[in-house]
Amino acid sequence: MSVVAVDMRQTVEDAAAHLYVWALKDIPQDLRDALFAAADRETSIPGKRVLDTIVKNVQVADDNGNLVCQDTGIAVYTCRVGEHFPLHPTKIYEALKAGTERATLEHPLRSNAVHTITRENTGPNTGYRLPIVHWEFIADWDGLDVKCVPKGSGSENMSFLKMCVPADGVKGIKEFVLSSIVDAGGKPCPPGIVGVGIGGSADYAMYLAKEAIARPIGTRNADPHVAKLEEELYGLLNETGIGPMGLGGDVTVLNCHIEHADTHMTLNPVAVNYQCWAARRASVHIGADGSVDFDREA
Amino acid sequence: MAVYEVTFPITDEAEILKLRAGDEVVVQGHIIGIRDRTQIRIFDQGVEPPMDLKGAFLLHTAPGVRKLDQGDARGAGSQEPQASPAVPSEMTGRPAANINPAISTSKYEPVCIGTTTSARMVRFTEPLGTQYGVRAICGKGGFPDVAIEPMQRLGMVYFAIVGGAAALETTQIEEIEEVAWEELMPECLWKFRVKDFGPLTVGIDAHGNSLYHDVQTAATKKLEELFARL
Repeated sequence: MSVVAVDMRQTVEDAAAHLYVWALKDIPQDLRDALFAAADRETSIPGKRVLDTIVKNVQVADDNGNLVCQDTGIAVYTCRVGEHFPLHPTKIYEALKAGTERATLEHPLRSNAVHTITRENTGPNTGYRLPIVHWEFIADWDGLDVKCVPKGSGSENMSFLKMCVPADGVKGIKEFVLSSIVDAGGKPCPPGIVGVGIGGSADYAMYLAKEAIARPIGTRNADPHVAKLEEELYGLLNETGIGPMGLGGDVTVLNCHIEHADTHMTLNPVAVNYQCWAARRASVHIGADGSVDFDREA
Repeated sequence: MAVYEVTFPITDEAEILKLRAGDEVVVQGHIIGIRDRTQIRIFDQGVEPPMDLKGAFLLHTAPGVRKLDQGDARGAGSQEPQASPAVPSEMTGRPAANINPAISTSKYEPVCIGTTTSARMVRFTEPLGTQYGVRAICGKGGFPDVAIEPMQRLGMVYFAIVGGAAALETTQIEEIEEVAWEELMPECLWKFRVKDFGPLTVGIDAHGNSLYHDVQTAATKKLEELFARL
């Protein structure tokens, strides 16, 4: 069994090394479609200039095999681990870390990781508690899904949390999301995906907001109350006029995604996590037999 | 909204004064890459920058680069990468001005060069203009209103680039000609030779106009209307 475990660790490491670079270079089709559609419908002159340049940039990245954006971000992985997957999560974490380092050194990618006090570089996009991995465990399954979301700092710096009170209601949630995106202006590289986390606790709301930005664009929450709020906020956000790169225009966001959790009767937390237009993500499905299936669209 | 081509560093102030917020600009010549730590070193730690910034175009960047070994650098037909800074210029063939221990003797080539958020560095705007004669700052996301007055007084402009469009931006950088303060990698002081760099949008001009101010003012007003509908 130990031989199988060693091989699987290598399989996950190899997959992670490929995933990080692939995510940075080849953006998903749903994002391409959303950007093309945005360029088509934008009417402001600076806004149209921005979106045409973005579309051209995506093409140049394809043609030259280069990264879409220079910010290789902070490596964030979401893992769905089956109950019967033959590699313990401690080893999955080691493999993801090793894969991140290999991708950074072999490409090479810019290394962004620093100690949060000394600001000294800590390694090839790794460090203490880096990369960041979110875990979900799935009963009666023997597979592993890994989604890599390299998160740029320009958009991550535009993250906001408010502990609304129950009396603020859904109106309070809407006002906070709208104000946050107007305050952020051009800094998070709009038009992007506005991720919103509601309910749970302060930390969990922000976690949910991050989950929301990793969804394929325009997918809707399974809860009809939440899906309705997604649609409404999407429309309202594009009425703000902030526009592409904050230079004014019709397209401020590509979409708004919301994830929710039930919460305490006296809590009403709302978290906003912004994902820039270069909303990079790529996934891999690994079977218990070591089969590897890359999926850019998941 | 006009379309201009401007070559940097500028020698004639008219090149800056003719620009108006919203205009489209393509840049030629040389531009200087600079970032948070570079400017903290200059202004907070009082270290003189080892490059001339007069009339310069500064780009807010921390580029992804590849360090060339000796063979690569020779292949690129450029500087002698192994030359010690102490070697006299007549022996290296490099200009005497480059014999400065702060200037790296290594040669780098671009991998992926893009632009970072400017707002973090707004407090350096005035001293860059008054102490070093910088004329243009380019980044993404804009400067807050505090930059408008010094830019007007000092004849400076802010250029908005498309954040994240680094694959394209990299193709517009012909060569990394000089790297100073290599120990701050990647937040060094970089000298790039560019061709058709852009398209850029004049975000803040030297006449007190800011697209960012206008957009924020309109959006804040719009918010009141949206809130009333909720």
